[in-house]
Amino acid sequence: MAMFEELRKTGGKLKMAVPRGALLGEVLDLLDQVGVDTSGARSDSRSLVFDGGEIMLVTMRPSDVPTYVSAGAADIGITGKDVLLEQEDRPVYELVDLGIGACRMVLATQKGDVAPSEHQRRLGMMKIATKYKRIAEQYFAEQGRQVELVEVKGSIELAPLVGLADGIVDLVATGRTLTENNLEVREEILSSTGRLVANRVSYRIRREEVDGLADRLREVVEKPAGES
Amino acid sequence: MIRPIPPGTRDVLPDEMRELRAIEAALLGTFETGGFREVRTPTLEYADALELGDGNSAGAAYRFFDERGELLALRTDMTIPIARLVADRFREVEPPHRLSYFANAYRAVTPQRGELREFGQAGVELIGVPGPEGTAEVVELLDRSLSAVDLEEAVIGLGEDGLWTALLQDAGAGPETIEKTSELLVAHDLVGVERGLIESDELEPDAIAQATRLIQLRGGVEVLEEARAFGGTGFAEVLDRLTANFESISSRSIGRTVLLDLGMLREIGYYSGSTIEVYDEAVGDLIGGGGRYDDLMNRFGLDLPAAGFTLYIERIHKAQLERGGGNV
Repeated sequence: MAMFEELRKTGGKLKMAVPRGALLGEVLDLLDQVGVDTSGARSDSRSLVFDGGEIMLVTMRPSDVPTYVSAGAADIGITGKDVLLEQEDRPVYELVDLGIGACRMVLATQKGDVAPSEHQRRLGMMKIATKYKRIAEQYFAEQGRQVELVEVKGSIELAPLVGLADGIVDLVATGRTLTENNLEVREEILSSTGRLVANRVSYRIRREEVDGLADRLREVVEKPAGES
Repeated sequence: MIRPIPPGTRDVLPDEMRELRAIEAALLGTFETGGFREVRTPTLEYADALELGDGNSAGAAYRFFDERGELLALRTDMTIPIARLVADRFREVEPPHRLSYFANAYRAVTPQRGELREFGQAGVELIGVPGPEGTAEVVELLDRSLSAVDLEEAVIGLGEDGLWTALLQDAGAGPETIEKTSELLVAHDLVGVERGLIESDELEPDAIAQATRLIQLRGGVEVLEEARAFGGTGFAEVLDRLTANFESISSRSIGRTVLLDLGMLREIGYYSGSTIEVYDEAVGDLIGGGGRYDDLMNRFGLDLPAAGFTLYIERIHKAQLERGGGNV
């Protein structure tokens, strides 16, 4: 099929790694505004790749975006700052803050528990469950706090409820999941939004196309709300 | 049963070996024609000799004690060992020295990334020929070398260490802001650089606009024209140096794009002046790099200007395969 040939061609259409999941809707809305054809990606097709007209859209988990972009399997991509920080060792150019998918990385513990700082003072050590090992490690190390990190893959909120950990470091958007699981935010670690990233080689060799798309996205993002 | 080898190392089988040898032969011929003579240095060095060259990023990942308790390390590149060799062995010999090498180097890897712990490098060092002239000779040889391995589409990126610092100094930024944003620039975080400048509260909006524009400038001679309007006298001086290098390179017969990149900042700690990167669209990673390191020789007690480049043999091979060509 022509589309699969296009994907393998050196110098073909620019390939963009598009995050599936919570960010997808906002990403596709942004792409619509800069003239990319998102109809394929919006259909309920099982396909993972779509022809967006000017660029190819390659859909994947947000946390896979740095992997594909740093290796050059995708020229550009969109993913959260949290993902980029967690995978700092994968070199990609971070070009535009798209302002979408705003969320915070927080330290949360069960309602009614003593504050983590007090817990730490008494016991000297905390057990923290997280998917974001690197960010959590860095945060506690900078503050000189000793913690034992437990890496979990699924719903982290479960860990403190059943005593696997004293608290969690996780991403929250509205905070509803925390509330429903009797957890509350104790400390804010960082805030994150979606970013446009580029492969180091594509950033040079395909610079006109990369800059063109980045400029258009920047324009859309910086336009005050309500204008169109 | 298969006996494993350490992650990041590999066996090379006869078909591939022949192709790698063909690459090396083509490069050796090109280096020799350019007047560069091959040398070899030990895979193992005293750790403190390597650290003398670069206390930071070239800090070797693999160190161990020998039978007398001396700390040894596997080299991370060939530039530092050759600086040591020239300073110790060619002290009485009239410069310039034109040397080439084919060698394995060793770096730490992150597991499961397909990164190589042991990888092949082919490169040259031109020691004793200063700026524009020496840089242009190295870039010209790099151009020939890429052609010799059939990578006609590979692009040479040219940057100038010091542009960023000079622009920020001219704009009144303090050392902390310069250090912080330089780190972000090395990490390619352009969003973070802009934010860092705004948050520092040390720069006028115009200066911030210039700085964020500078690091996005890549292209031909037109980017020099645009940057001409930036900064003050300090920045103009560094930009003049880049312009002189670019003009000297352009005056030679180079058959490929030399892409000016005003935001290029390389991590390795011994560069000063020109920085070089080599790209091929068929490979997502750099296939080579280099630049000037005019202060490096002095750390070994011989004050000579120097420049060089290295090509990553496995990635050259990969680019050839992707391009469907090569001496296969």
